Amino acid sequence: MYKIKVYVTLKQGVLDPQGKAVEKALHTMDYDQVQDVRVGKYMELIMEKSENVGSKVEEMCQRLLANPVIEDYRYEMEEVVGQ
Amino acid sequence: MKFAVVVFPGSNCDVDMFHAIQDELGEEAVFVPHSEYDLSSFDAILLPGGFSYGDYLRSGAIARFAPIMKAVQEAADEGKPVLGVCNGFQILLESGLLPGAMKQNRDVKFMCRNVKLRVENNKTMFTNQYESGESIVIPIAHGDGNYECDDTTWEEMIKNNQIVFRYDGHNPNGSKDDIAGIMNKRGNVLGMMPHPERAVDSLLGSKDGIRLFQSILILWRENHVVTS
Repeated sequence: MYKIKVYVTLKQGVLDPQGKAVEKALHTMDYDQVQDVRVGKYMELIMEKSENVGSKVEEMCQRLLANPVIEDYRYEMEEVVGQ
Repeated sequence: MKFAVVVFPGSNCDVDMFHAIQDELGEEAVFVPHSEYDLSSFDAILLPGGFSYGDYLRSGAIARFAPIMKAVQEAADEGKPVLGVCNGFQILLESGLLPGAMKQNRDVKFMCRNVKLRVENNKTMFTNQYESGESIVIPIAHGDGNYECDDTTWEEMIKNNQIVFRYDGHNPNGSKDDIAGIMNKRGNVLGMMPHPERAVDSLLGSKDGIRLFQSILILWRENHVVTS
């Protein structure tokens, strides 16, 4: 089995309203060092072992998990022991 | 004229849409569930607002894979009028029937109020009963109405007069170029965040929305004149 960790964030250059709100809050808390905040999504997928897992994950990100018009994604794969 | 009102799990403006067509426009409206495959007997397709599939992942992202969406695509390909309002607009964006994407509102909150819109293009099957540049009042009710697209897409839309409505004066959600509603290049698919179906009776505060539905009907009648 594979455990896939998918991270989705708004593209650089696309204004992130939620990230901006969090950034402002951190500034009011006197964390002046904070330069930028981007809020994203984290998903975990458990997948059966097969040869083309990577290309399947890529496809799922493109078609559903992220919206490539405004979002970037990346993922990590690790092998786990199935139940 | 026969209108389909597509109902997804979580749609909540479907009844308003039905009322606008059946009672105010005086035409036939039929609820069609998301699990259907065929819309061939309808003259126009309406995707109502709401929170299809709880807005999980992204607004409209899951609804676009519902069985009915293949039929919506076919209707669009045939040139039938397809109107998506609010969540319906988001579904049209996610499905690629309209360009761009929707982000969370600039102020990160849900907004429900009347707004002023400017009719930017009145030479469409949806807006021919409005004056060009006319200011109208239609309510919004959304959390994700912050329209976004890349500059190439935006320039292309301007060139083809695809921007149909802009927010007039105050931009409530931060959307690019004050965009409130856009159509496809062919001109038969319109998506808009404001709710024309909620502005069809002066008791509701405005009846500026009814002319959008009248526009669809009048053009359809002109194209379907019985010539025998």
